[in-house]
Amino acid sequence: MQTFCKRTSNLKAYGPIGMCAPALGGLLLFVVLPFFLAILLSFTNLRIGSPLGVEFFGFEQFKRIFVDQAFLRALCNNVLFALIVVPLQTLLALLLALLLNQSLKGAILFRTLFFMPVVFPLSLVSVIWVLIFAPGPNGMMNAFLQFITFNMWSPRDFLHDPRLALPAITLTSLWQGVGFQMVIMLAGLQAIPEELYEAAIVDGAHRWQTFWYITFPQLRNTLIFVVLVTTILAFRLFDQVQIMTRGGPNKASTTVMYETVQAAFSRQQVARGSAMTVVFFLIVLLLTLLQRRVARQEREVA
Amino acid sequence: MKESTPLPFWVPFSYTVLVLLAVLYIAPIIFMLVGSLKPDDRILVEAGSIKAFWPDSTSLQNYSDVFRRVDFGRYMFNSLFIATMIVAWGLVLNSLAGYAFARLRWRGRDVIFAMVVVMMIIPLEAIAVPLFYQVTLLGWRDTYIVQIVPFIANSFSIYLFYTFFLGLPKELEEAAHVDGAGVLRTFLVVIAPNAKPAFATVAVLTFLTQWGSFLWPLMVTTAEAVRPLPLGLAAFHTLPPLQWGDIFAFGVMMVAPILVLFVVFQGWFVRGVASTGIKG
Repeated sequence: MQTFCKRTSNLKAYGPIGMCAPALGGLLLFVVLPFFLAILLSFTNLRIGSPLGVEFFGFEQFKRIFVDQAFLRALCNNVLFALIVVPLQTLLALLLALLLNQSLKGAILFRTLFFMPVVFPLSLVSVIWVLIFAPGPNGMMNAFLQFITFNMWSPRDFLHDPRLALPAITLTSLWQGVGFQMVIMLAGLQAIPEELYEAAIVDGAHRWQTFWYITFPQLRNTLIFVVLVTTILAFRLFDQVQIMTRGGPNKASTTVMYETVQAAFSRQQVARGSAMTVVFFLIVLLLTLLQRRVARQEREVA
Repeated sequence: MKESTPLPFWVPFSYTVLVLLAVLYIAPIIFMLVGSLKPDDRILVEAGSIKAFWPDSTSLQNYSDVFRRVDFGRYMFNSLFIATMIVAWGLVLNSLAGYAFARLRWRGRDVIFAMVVVMMIIPLEAIAVPLFYQVTLLGWRDTYIVQIVPFIANSFSIYLFYTFFLGLPKELEEAAHVDGAGVLRTFLVVIAPNAKPAFATVAVLTFLTQWGSFLWPLMVTTAEAVRPLPLGLAAFHTLPPLQWGDIFAFGVMMVAPILVLFVVFQGWFVRGVASTGIKG
């Protein structure tokens, strides 16, 4: 490496920077610039096509969105969605990963199957589930629920029911997302050193003991990561809402991203949309910092 | 496959749970596939019965109806063109950057790399609105450029290349160096051919993300001529008369390319997605 740098002394100065420049330029223009622009614009009254000049607006946009019933509802919905999706999806993915990590015949086939929805575009998944949730006794979900409850279930119009719209979106997201977490957990499980299990068998440990004292602690950081990613994904929720319910009925299934797009795009209120974006980013940042902290503690303990 | 020799009583239980979940899991996909082959009026009637998963009479009528009712070929071309461009240019730019960060020494490298790592936590959603304003000012709306250029440089791709290049043996460059090759030539001739797994992982992940891209094209395009498949599907889904057979046929054709890629390169998909778990 030393001689390498000496020989190409003129390239040493410009070569590496030249190699980075195109990618860094792209990141600067399309990540860093809009990131700071979001903060800047959230303190103005900018609106595309507005005859009024752009002015400094202080915290006015933030004051407005935090008294906006639709935006508050959106925040609540995202939190609710995360509280349901994160534990369910993580547990289901963990169950699948544990089942598939045994040397069962056909494990690869099952893995393929559970992973398949991950490659489906969310827009397509949403459209399929719109029909699954069709109203009336002929709707697939209604018929299924009637079947497993011995006709105790009375058919509902899921996507137009204020109490069922968000759960319907939740189930859709769950179906699409489990494979993603499952694959990450499988990788985590397979990274656990074989010796640990061998030692446990020598010590005469039971199956659940090896899980509780070896698998679970070894998988902790993977689990923390999966929980974080799923939570952030829960706050990014948009495609399903746009296609399945348009935030309805009566804002019952709206989300932060749906409201942001409504403000910035449909009403051209760029400043207001930027303020919502800033709130969204602060949530993501908070979650990330929290994960780092928890993960570090675990490492120190281990 | 760590837990070798599973206990006998455990095996049937595992299979039962797996098969039950698998049936629930595959049902929506079969429903779409079978529905795409059925006459429109049968789908809604049979959705509540087991017939939803079995076509009595199959025909490709719905597929030809899709082409008759909308310009499906256009959407398909747009999606393929946009995703391919982002993948191809992304591989070039991000691998070069990853290499410079991992294997070359230059002033400011560590500081700049730390900033690239920080950028990984900024999701598109957090910058979509100002970016929308930026491209509006540039007059880029309703173009291919606006759907391609902002997504070529990618901090996560750079990071994936970086970690892969770090793990390559030093001797690779030293040998190329004795031959008097420059930095760029060393990269092209010696490093790149040895980094196929990294290129494959980044390509698969980028393609997967772009194929499903919905929010951004929805914001920056209004002309059907440049819109990709997901927007085409969303529009088709609300285009009267509501014909579910046609919608499902659209869906099958839309997912077919990525499903073929998935079946052929399954290992790369799974490894690529699993690799997103490393950055924690």
